[in-house]
Amino acid sequence: MTEKTTILNLPEDELVHPGNRACAGCGLSIIYRIGLKALGRDTILVVPPSCLTVLQGLYPIAATQLPCLNVTFASTAAAATGVLGALRAQKNESTIVAAWAGDGGTSDIGIQALSGACERGEDFIFICYDNEAYMNTGVQRSGTTPQGVITTTTPFSGKAQKKKDVPSIIAAHGIDYVATASASYPLDLYDKIVKAKAIKGPKYIHVHTPCPAGWGFNPRYTVKLGKLAVETGLFDLYEIENSEFSLTGASEKLIGKKRKTVDEYFKTQSRFRALSKEQIENIQNEIDAKWAEYNKK
Amino acid sequence: MHIIESGNVAAANGVKLAKVQVIAAYPITPQTPLTEKLSEFVDAGEMDAQYIPVESEHSALSVCIAASSTGSRVFTATSANGLLYMNEQLHWAAGARLPIVMCVVNRGIGAPWTVWNDHQDAVSQRDTGWIQIYCCDHQQIIDTVLKAFYLAETVNVPVMVCYDGYILSHTYMPFEIPAQADVDKFLPPFKPDYALNPGQPANLNTVTLPDIRPDVRGNMAPGYMEIRHNLHTDMRDAIAVVADIDKKFAEVFGRNGNPYIEEYKCDDAEFVAICMGSLSYHLRDVVDILRKEGIPVGVMGLRLYRPFPDQAVRDALSARKGIIVFEKALSYGNQGALYADIKSALYCAENKPAVHNYILGLGGREIKTDHLVECLRNSCKQPKTIGDTPQWIGLKL
Repeated sequence: MTEKTTILNLPEDELVHPGNRACAGCGLSIIYRIGLKALGRDTILVVPPSCLTVLQGLYPIAATQLPCLNVTFASTAAAATGVLGALRAQKNESTIVAAWAGDGGTSDIGIQALSGACERGEDFIFICYDNEAYMNTGVQRSGTTPQGVITTTTPFSGKAQKKKDVPSIIAAHGIDYVATASASYPLDLYDKIVKAKAIKGPKYIHVHTPCPAGWGFNPRYTVKLGKLAVETGLFDLYEIENSEFSLTGASEKLIGKKRKTVDEYFKTQSRFRALSKEQIENIQNEIDAKWAEYNKK
Repeated sequence: MHIIESGNVAAANGVKLAKVQVIAAYPITPQTPLTEKLSEFVDAGEMDAQYIPVESEHSALSVCIAASSTGSRVFTATSANGLLYMNEQLHWAAGARLPIVMCVVNRGIGAPWTVWNDHQDAVSQRDTGWIQIYCCDHQQIIDTVLKAFYLAETVNVPVMVCYDGYILSHTYMPFEIPAQADVDKFLPPFKPDYALNPGQPANLNTVTLPDIRPDVRGNMAPGYMEIRHNLHTDMRDAIAVVADIDKKFAEVFGRNGNPYIEEYKCDDAEFVAICMGSLSYHLRDVVDILRKEGIPVGVMGLRLYRPFPDQAVRDALSARKGIIVFEKALSYGNQGALYADIKSALYCAENKPAVHNYILGLGGREIKTDHLVECLRNSCKQPKTIGDTPQWIGLKL
């Protein structure tokens, strides 16, 4: 990225009203505010059921100043396709169509429609805010819940399976832009959305989004924990542009550097309480191996 | 222009003449030739529409829901399990009050797999808030597609145009393709009350509370229950609108005039066979045979199934001795769904005719004229209601 946005040149136009229904310390409320600034007013949003539905408010009051179509859980990317089809039919080539879904709506129930839309090359931005479980329904495991995490459907021993690597699945469709971001680095997300707007075809941005209620931490630490996930090398900020992978921002700065250990991150959240020493060691080894590959590049 | 073509091609020509802007579809037998024809029209530049080949029926209707919400005229088509896969979206489209038109090429549903015709697919979706109209021949298919857009956009309720798989979809019949200029006279361009628009933002279909609630200016907005009540009331009002549109259609094109029920030899009939779809034309032969035997019988094809035109049904049937309901669908564990509706409509009539219920043709089981003659003759000879248990035609246990 050439010109990095700073807090000084971020647009002042606020598109999300204060006093919305998000929980205290919600990572989504950070990225939604900044993300909509990046998208701008000439945007139509498509949203499936998720915490975002709640954040946006109850009829007839809305917390968002952009037009938004609420759609069924499995249909987000197909609905975005429909909005695009109508805009094309009306010769509107300027309005941005952005789908904004949670990790369940993206990686589980929504993946068929998302895969179809990516294969068809639909000109939209799909933003997945990944808070690593079904938070809106009360913290049930999802495809992107990390291994070992306690949720209400993995209540005692934690989730047995690994986190689904959704960005890689989407990148395998051969689309021109896939990126990850974090709620703790909102300006990095801002720049990635601005970049995505200028690219034709499907764009996918996967945003790691801390959730105090679901992860079990004090709401004051949202930004700190999101950063810790990056600093430990557990969640990496990167872009895959025209099939070229590159680490970005805070993750890029970690190349060749000593990272914080994963247990430092795990001990901050009650959801990791079932992890044994051995499991933590295994995860640390996997992270070290992943970073050994990064460091070679 | 008159041509000899299949029912699917008749439907496709109706969609083309309606100047649909966005089409989304997923292939399923026996709907497939309809959507193939539409993609031909679009690819050849004969039709200025976006054709979106989606990855499922769920997504097909999702595309239509979103494109309609963004202000475009939309169309999709499906059959059988494809329609069932749309179920959640059917409710969503009606709840969101979107004037979507969909052809349902009627086919039995699995398990076990069948690709042949019956009406279980559409009948099982009767409570989704969609208008359902059944066609008896190819001319009705193309005409009904045009009228369906007018109707949907007048009452803001989506419309299913149903026609029998294979029996109508794949057989060839002569029909007239109306001139585009006449269609343009009949069907105005789609002008939605609201379409998604960054210049006038709105949050559509969001969470709605059980009770009414004021907006930021203090104006009361409806709650969930008011929204449902309005859908129901508008569906009931649509019954009259169907007749108005039929009249307007007849003025421009010089045909039609049976918006609810198409009658054959019913003027003096003491007994009336009633059913939906192409079977009613098959039953005309049966009526002719029985008339020769001196049995005063006629047949009615019910065109509008939802909203149910109960007053028209009552007016048409209550003075008869016996009503014989033939159905290609069943409410398992009870009776034919149409039979129940007709009995319900007749309940408050002064004279209550006997009502018989026959189930036939499920999963494409051949419907033989001889069987129909025998069953209808028997029913006319015993004009008493003999309990609600349906009798099965052509069953080989």
